Amino acid sequence: MKKQQLILHTTALTIGYHPGKHHAKVIAGPLNLSLYAGQLICLLGPNGCGKSTLLRTVSGLQHQLSGSIQLEGKELKGLKPAEIAKQISLVLTDNVRSGNLDVYSLIALGRYPYSGWLGILNQIDKAAIDYAIHVTGTAAFLNRKMDSLSDGECQKVMLARAIAQDTPLIILDEPTAHLDLPSRIQLMRLLHQLAKETGKAILLSTHELDLALQVADQIWLMDSSGHLAAGLPEELILDGSFQQAFDKDGISFDASTGAFHIHPPGKDELCVIGEGTAAFWTRKALIRKGYVLAKAAARTITVSDDGGKISWLLDTDGRKLSFHTLSSVLDTLDQSGFTL
Amino acid sequence: MNKIKVLVLLSLLVMAFLLDVALGSVHIPVKDVVRILFTPDAANESWIYIIEKIRLPKAMTAIIVGCGLSVSGLQMQTLFRNPLAGPSVLGITAGASLGVALVMLSAGSITSLYTIRELGISGSWLVIIASSLGAALIMVVIVSISSSLKDNVIVLIVGVMIGNITLSVISIWQYFSSPELIKDYLMWTFGSLGGVTGNQLMILAIVVSAGLLISFFSSKLLDALLLGDNYARSMGLTVQHARLLIVLSTSVLAGGITAFCGPIGFIGIAVPHLSRALFHTSSHRILIPACCLVGTVLMLVCDIVAQLPGSQTVLPINVITALVGSPVVIWIIAGPNKLRGF
Repeated sequence: MKKQQLILHTTALTIGYHPGKHHAKVIAGPLNLSLYAGQLICLLGPNGCGKSTLLRTVSGLQHQLSGSIQLEGKELKGLKPAEIAKQISLVLTDNVRSGNLDVYSLIALGRYPYSGWLGILNQIDKAAIDYAIHVTGTAAFLNRKMDSLSDGECQKVMLARAIAQDTPLIILDEPTAHLDLPSRIQLMRLLHQLAKETGKAILLSTHELDLALQVADQIWLMDSSGHLAAGLPEELILDGSFQQAFDKDGISFDASTGAFHIHPPGKDELCVIGEGTAAFWTRKALIRKGYVLAKAAARTITVSDDGGKISWLLDTDGRKLSFHTLSSVLDTLDQSGFTL
Repeated sequence: MNKIKVLVLLSLLVMAFLLDVALGSVHIPVKDVVRILFTPDAANESWIYIIEKIRLPKAMTAIIVGCGLSVSGLQMQTLFRNPLAGPSVLGITAGASLGVALVMLSAGSITSLYTIRELGISGSWLVIIASSLGAALIMVVIVSISSSLKDNVIVLIVGVMIGNITLSVISIWQYFSSPELIKDYLMWTFGSLGGVTGNQLMILAIVVSAGLLISFFSSKLLDALLLGDNYARSMGLTVQHARLLIVLSTSVLAGGITAFCGPIGFIGIAVPHLSRALFHTSSHRILIPACCLVGTVLMLVCDIVAQLPGSQTVLPINVITALVGSPVVIWIIAGPNKLRGF
């Protein structure tokens, strides 16, 4: 197997800021992290745990408190901004909706580290810009002004700018915030493809847990105490890191479904028997209603799917009722919930 | 398309220039103006004198002021990412005035701006340096405060307040100065394109050209700053150096012009917006020359209006630039594009 190329590596890195001159506020650390070419890494964690600070620190916008960050083998602190710009490109949450800036000019700014002192673009620059436009599918709104774009379009344009900068590492701070669901999925898929096809390393922070679990090669999971767990998404679920990082009052991460429970579970136990889509969505509906699914429950629901004709059989202590719609099952359960 | 716009602007510039030289208390026909400009020995001697000693220097000053103030305004709007920034709004000309007041009011009872000018080159340099330093001082204060503020409006308010502080310092100074000095200083604050001749015109031209050159060479930096400090840094810009360069050229441009022509308002804020609206771009490589063109035309037109063609009176140039500039500012805030860009 080909040896993976190490892009970014941190040793005993502590991050934070200096609220006063002589004391430092440590947010997280010590962190020993590695980022390889072709990897898509999602940085997850609750609000305010220091995700942005970590991203700002490894991208050189902010100094670390201690420890070292190595960018392709060189100490990040010793590099000039112009040198870092050829290694790392950023997509930030900063507002760039300047009214006179058109989309093409903004993407072209990605070539800043390579163009001459007047910023005139040569053939190589133009090819890189065209490639970025092609990959991100932004060709349709090249002539529009930045302030006329929707959030999703704006995010694509900012990504195109970062791709035009042609760096081995792209760092994105909450690129999916403010986007609707299709745009979020589109963006994540685009980033995933980009990492696989171009061998770029991509590091992004996000709150999209389920999307991150689907696309990430690795997850960096921060919790509010500044602890960071790195590993495969599945490993982090299995070793309980997810539950630990996100557990708050009344919210719990369910390792068996890979999702958070919005609704606190009630006391009634139910057993659902059956396979396939109908059984899956029946279980979803029952969880939403607050029932606990258990194998050894007194009441069982048998879901049978006979070529598109779905029927439900509710068995309460030997009393059997048959239903043809899911809502009638739930209604009956609600009523019996009161009487039992 | 842009070529046509440039050609139209250039022909407007030539027309305005000729009209500006032709009109005044003594009317000289345009065709004679052209003849005198190209073959000076073939005409009425008093006309030659008027054109060479008064009208031509004044028109040249208008061109210099139009270029310098517009470009300094453009740079400030980009640096502060604020469409309402400009040398007069953020108190930069007030800072320059402080520098001038320092020279004029502290030099003693016999020293007026006139006598300083009579000192010749060294005196002119003294005023220009004091004025540029005053402008730079205010720039540095506002830049350092604004870097910790995220809100555009707050930066603007802070700038206006600092300008007010500066002006009140000058007022206190005036209060304790002799009436002749105050009158002299007040006349200067009305702003005037006339009276900058000979050596002073040369010095002003040198200073403003230097400022414009620095500005043009930093057009790539300015482009990057459009996206804000963080993005600019991520693209390889050393933000501190870029800020320093922009503060330097803005102070030289606004300070130099204010020293000789007084605090001229509204050109710095209005012309960048007019140029953007005309050329539909945010690239400083295009906007800086565009601002020079538009600013020059506007300044020449203002000067023509100030002479009230055919009359003996000349209105202070500040009055006219405010009359022309204020509607533009209102259009920026309330017009269809509502604070659209910087």
